[in-house]
Amino acid sequence: MSKIREAFENKKAFIAFVTCGDPDLETTMAVVREAVANGASLIELGIPFSDPTAEGPVIQGANLRALTGGVTTDKIFDMVRSLRRDVKVPMVFMTYANVVFSYGAERFLSTCKEIGMDGIILPDLPYEEKEEFLPLCHTYGVDLISLIAPTSENRIAMIAKEAEGFLYIVSSLGVTGTRSEIKTDLASIVEVVRQNTDIPCAIGFGISTPEQARKMADVSDGAIVGSAIVKIIEKYGMEAPAHVGEYVKEMTEGMKSGA
Amino acid sequence: MTNNNGRFGIHGGQYIPETLMNAVIELEEAYEHYKKDPEFNRELTTLFNDYAGRPSRLYYAEKMTKDLGGAKIYLKREDLNHTGSHKINNVLGQALLAKKMGKTRLIAETGAGQHGVATATAAALLGMECVVFMGEEDTIRQALNVYRMRLLGSEVIPVKTGTATLKDAVSEAMREWTSRISDTHYCLGSVMGPHPFPTIVRDFQAVISREIKEQLREREGKLPDAVIACVGGGSNAMGSFYHFIEDKDVRLIGCEAAGRGIDTFETAATVNTGKLGIFHGMKSYFCQDEYGQIAPVYSISAGLDYPGIGPEHAHLHDIGRAEYVPVTDEEAVDSFEYLSKMEGIIPAIESAHAVAYARKIAPTMGKEQIIVITISGRGDKDCAAIARYRGEDIHE
Repeated sequence: MSKIREAFENKKAFIAFVTCGDPDLETTMAVVREAVANGASLIELGIPFSDPTAEGPVIQGANLRALTGGVTTDKIFDMVRSLRRDVKVPMVFMTYANVVFSYGAERFLSTCKEIGMDGIILPDLPYEEKEEFLPLCHTYGVDLISLIAPTSENRIAMIAKEAEGFLYIVSSLGVTGTRSEIKTDLASIVEVVRQNTDIPCAIGFGISTPEQARKMADVSDGAIVGSAIVKIIEKYGMEAPAHVGEYVKEMTEGMKSGA
Repeated sequence: MTNNNGRFGIHGGQYIPETLMNAVIELEEAYEHYKKDPEFNRELTTLFNDYAGRPSRLYYAEKMTKDLGGAKIYLKREDLNHTGSHKINNVLGQALLAKKMGKTRLIAETGAGQHGVATATAAALLGMECVVFMGEEDTIRQALNVYRMRLLGSEVIPVKTGTATLKDAVSEAMREWTSRISDTHYCLGSVMGPHPFPTIVRDFQAVISREIKEQLREREGKLPDAVIACVGGGSNAMGSFYHFIEDKDVRLIGCEAAGRGIDTFETAATVNTGKLGIFHGMKSYFCQDEYGQIAPVYSISAGLDYPGIGPEHAHLHDIGRAEYVPVTDEEAVDSFEYLSKMEGIIPAIESAHAVAYARKIAPTMGKEQIIVITISGRGDKDCAAIARYRGEDIHE
């Protein structure tokens, strides 16, 4: 069984995203530890990309700051090696296809296995192109996470049937970033997902408040929060970890109180 | 290979967010339907001929031929099209298709501004809303085109992210499309991006090579020995090459923007300096670093200042059917001035890259041989920038 499922066992998962190396890798490690200590049950580590076409301005900015600071895929692998000495929750990478492809898919995915990464999310790798990396993901036991969007409609069943790890349901049209309101009929999407798979599904894009997280977790198995965390890091820089910890605590408690 | 959908050898594909998948599938279905529809083709031909001014002239450049002392030089005059470049061919096709699909809004990226102007023009003609994304750097280099787009009723959004040039304009247009799909068509300007764009854009631009073939048959009764065009994403080159791909004796030569030289970092010569990658929806060659970060490319030509190349070009390179050669800023500027003085034709700085390479090879060829250079656009837009390059401070 995929280790990712542990994040969802007997609870709604709070999934925290952080861009590695923003503002530096020491801060990223401290942010991850704070998030886990305050209830995050799955960590998404963003490997920055020069041209992140699925991201809104907040995460674009984080990518730029991280790359300007000199972070590389190899340095991030080393950071994960350190983190894995004490961080036991499942962790997945979130990056773009070219980062994996240019590193050499086999070299990238075998390193993921070696350092203890459980999955990978590539927003520019839809169902039609997943064979690009899927065989190697299987070889090295790394779950290739599939995404479902508000526009997926007739594609939901097809994607869900073959999904691994967990299903990432994109809450809204557009790119990542906090939103005041999420209007998509997510319950209907989740219903189709449930008819086609028993792997957990979590909702992301636009979630920033405990109330939103509770609503999302009510209709699914968890909530994914990225831009809101990255904003805190942008604001507080190297002082951010404690602030992220407080925020994650507020969010995870908010999710519980509604359950 | 991963899938057969829109592959050119190993290149192409659909590396885009799930949010856009149904949109590109819908586009492919609509295109497959309308390309066989006689009514659609009649309407498009009328727009091409009556509105855009096709067929474009194939002009025998006699003075240039004599000056170079080798192959006969013909110029395919896409610069004479309405809006001043080949971009109108693709835009009229896509705008008409979008309209048939019930879309009411066009979005586009633009580098030099030629594609943006063409899209704004088609939107005005067909009564559609239009938003053009343009790198902030390019809005400065091509201020006149920004004004033209606004005059035509379009909104121009300066893109400040990344290098603030063409690649960032493409990224921003893709982001915009993911946020608004139902009424919006992304009118992509080159033979790039996810399937079906490389095929659709090629088909609409293929009118260039179809006409060259017919016009040269009438004039000379034979095929050219070489067809030369500039390549950024590669739409005018793909259009110029397409109907000659099966004619193996015709050399197909794409001229890449080498900027300050392919041994410098200030270059946009993708085939000559890039490596295989996945970006902007396609697998192809890209200028990038060892970790796959896309390189901040450079060329004096805003239209060629792109770190990738269309997947069909990448494939033609792989199989050795087309050659891709680097041409520097200095060579292009020199040829911009050369063609102006020699033939009284001011070419776009993009097209001047093709002129530069023709000047290199024509003297080495026989007088019975024929070179066709595609003059993809006119150079009025570049005059101020070239003057500045030559140290003359003129204002538009």
